[in-house]
Amino acid sequence: MLSQVTSFAIDGVETRRVTVEADIRLGLPAFNVVGLADKSVREARERVRAAITNSGFEFPQKRITVNLAPAYLRKEGPHFDLTLAIAVLAASGQIESDRLRDCAVAGELALDGTLRAIRGALALAEGARHHGLGRLLLPSARAREAALVPDLEVLGVTTLQHAVEVLRGSAPTPELPDAPLGAAGDRDDFDLADVRGHNGLVAQIEVAVAGGHHLFLQGPPGTGKTMIARRLPTLLPPLSESEAVEVTKIHSIVGLHQGDGLVGERPFRSPHHLISPSGLVGGGATPRPGEITLAHRGVLFLDELSEFNRAALEALRQPLEDGRVVVVRAQRVLTFPTGCMLVAASNPCPCGDGGDRCRCSAPELARHQRRLSGPLLDRIDISVTVPRPTAAKLRDERAPTSAEVRARVAAARARQVLRLRGTPATCNAHMTAAMLRELAQITPSARRRLFELHDSEGLSARGHHRVLRVARTIADLQESREVGPEHVQAALILRTDAAPAALAA
Amino acid sequence: MIDTCADCLRRTELIAWLAGRIEHEWRLRCGRPQLLALPDTELLRWAKDPDAERRYSAFAAGFAIDRLVATGLGAVCRCSPAYPAGLRELCDPPAVIHIAGDPALLAADGVALVGARNPTPYGLEIARALGRALGAAGVTVVSGMAMGVDSAAHAGALEAGRTVAVLATGADRPYPARARTLHRRIAETGCVVSELPPGFAPRRWAFPARNRLIAALSAGTVVVEGGERSGSLITADFAAELGRFVGAVPGPVTSRMSAGPHALLKAGAEVIRSAEDTLDLLHGAGAAGGLGVADPVVVGKGPRALAPRPEPAPPPPDLPPGLRRLLDEVERGRGSLAELVSDPERGFAVSRDLGELELRGLIRRVSGGRYIRSADAA
Repeated sequence: MLSQVTSFAIDGVETRRVTVEADIRLGLPAFNVVGLADKSVREARERVRAAITNSGFEFPQKRITVNLAPAYLRKEGPHFDLTLAIAVLAASGQIESDRLRDCAVAGELALDGTLRAIRGALALAEGARHHGLGRLLLPSARAREAALVPDLEVLGVTTLQHAVEVLRGSAPTPELPDAPLGAAGDRDDFDLADVRGHNGLVAQIEVAVAGGHHLFLQGPPGTGKTMIARRLPTLLPPLSESEAVEVTKIHSIVGLHQGDGLVGERPFRSPHHLISPSGLVGGGATPRPGEITLAHRGVLFLDELSEFNRAALEALRQPLEDGRVVVVRAQRVLTFPTGCMLVAASNPCPCGDGGDRCRCSAPELARHQRRLSGPLLDRIDISVTVPRPTAAKLRDERAPTSAEVRARVAAARARQVLRLRGTPATCNAHMTAAMLRELAQITPSARRRLFELHDSEGLSARGHHRVLRVARTIADLQESREVGPEHVQAALILRTDAAPAALAA
Repeated sequence: MIDTCADCLRRTELIAWLAGRIEHEWRLRCGRPQLLALPDTELLRWAKDPDAERRYSAFAAGFAIDRLVATGLGAVCRCSPAYPAGLRELCDPPAVIHIAGDPALLAADGVALVGARNPTPYGLEIARALGRALGAAGVTVVSGMAMGVDSAAHAGALEAGRTVAVLATGADRPYPARARTLHRRIAETGCVVSELPPGFAPRRWAFPARNRLIAALSAGTVVVEGGERSGSLITADFAAELGRFVGAVPGPVTSRMSAGPHALLKAGAEVIRSAEDTLDLLHGAGAAGGLGVADPVVVGKGPRALAPRPEPAPPPPDLPPGLRRLLDEVERGRGSLAELVSDPERGFAVSRDLGELELRGLIRRVSGGRYIRSADAA
């Protein structure tokens, strides 16, 4: 007898439909899985055999062949366990085949037949709806997450036996477990108000967050660069529902998301500086999203920028510009979203003290400078110096709360969205030179101001545009329709350009 | 111009052949080898190098001259009347001086500006400003083209006047390699010199040896920044030995980079606060006023070339009070926004005003995103 059950393979952050066919015929008892299944899927045979027997069903003592179609697609992951088990039960007549027609099945089996949570439930649910399937059968621990997809009946089950009963119609359709949707999330852990002695930086950070500009923090160790960076996600407006779905889907696939509902907080990722290029942008034999994708819609923090492998930093350039990264492997091409805010931090020199107290030799300094002035820094609009706060500042200064800043940022973002309607850009940082010219409303006197600086010290064309983009954000924060000379002036102090190379040499 | 005798050329080549041997000796004794003062025969006896002896006796001046011609360098030996007079005062004057550029600049009437290879932004700023102001006043700036203060002094001088670089490698060989552009620009408008033959690779002993030439080719030496054991102090010692003036630029007493100049000041060096102080030393007190207003046609750089002023320049009278207060703060070393602002609401206003001051040329952005008072405000 023959049966067919639908499931999905996870390919990068997308899903591909997989049809699991089971055929049972007379012959020596055997259980073969074909169709480019990887190790974890072939191991499923043992789990399926044990789970079927231990759940009180009959495991047919015949020749069983299971085929995973399409055969060119590599399938991996333990979530095919339940699919295989249901296919075998259907082929042996223990479930009626027509009950499986519009139902996708996924789940990992324990030997006693209970179901374990799987990764990527949201992605599977999206795949099911995309392919016009009406129902999705999966472990109840992930039912809540799958139910975020509308117009799909999610059947959360706890054991193989329960699954069969639900499919036969002998058990009621299971209720979704009650779990709060993790909407706004708790932001109490981190708040800008924790930062002391750096009130002068708040305005600069606010500009970076409001315009979505990548940010470079420079200062001696222990002055609070990491502390500030960690709080940046709390300054961004809350995730919108569609953004939250995107983030949840990605995090669920790599197993970062343990809760039931949507991810509520903007992601913050801070990979160690020994990370490989493919760890940062995604890749591997079976491509997996990199840190920049995990930081999608949030903040990617690179501490000790000068220590990062140069190849890894180079790899970041194109994804930062395009908002997505394309990973090409022999068999397939995958696209990962990479819409994050980059925050880089570095000591002023290798010994960290900088200025008068620096103990670095000239070549060490030169190497440090060279690493920092690479093409990645070219993509960063705003550079902020974080000095060692004085004792008085530490005692007296407390930054405003994240909520206060967030409100101003949200207002500035709203203005940007309105102005950039009809363009691919959503915030000032993404404005191209043409958009700056046509949409940014820069007054002639502001342009003149900037050209004065051009004459006095060689500001590059790229540097010119960076200053204008930042000036536009400052004007947005000041609720000004036009960019005036004062906004350009204020933007100058944030620019990334280091001291002229001839003198630093 | 090649004006050399065979003996002097042979001496120069001999030192190049023995460079490795001298390096070894230098590492053992870790001081300037007095070897350069020895006559050829004693050098050979000391070296016990049969290869060098063979080449010494087989030396043909024609080859050496051909090579000089091929590299385009000029050369003057100490037997020639054209040999720079300042060098003759040394106890061990170089046999041949190789020249790329204008030999007229070697009259030892300029000022040597030397200092650390890893200076602070303050040191860089002062070196550049002093170089520019002295250049504008028509004074030749002599330095060693090293990274840091030396390069900044050259770069400043090139903006307004002429400069001499004394190298510890062959005069045709930019060292450090990244100073390639600087080397070319100095050779075009000023002069690059070395006592070592063309193509000579860097040797550690050659740097202190080079410093004696810097001291000898200038009327006085000014040390901008340097650690306690800085090579600039060697240059200052030579200058003092030669009876030339020694000046030092003071800095914060906490700064390691100012330890060298402060030691010199303690030992009696002159305080250099501005180009004017330097010109006073060069021409006698008060003479700077007349000399400072150099003929713009001679200096050729327009109104900026006029007067080297005491630094920092006083703020222009039309500065509004708010900006003036901010400028005062930056002068006191509070040069980053974080230090200037304690009320987050004021962040925008202060950054706007900093931008205004920068556009007016009163402050300058240095590496690390800090601002310092610019030393040569127009």
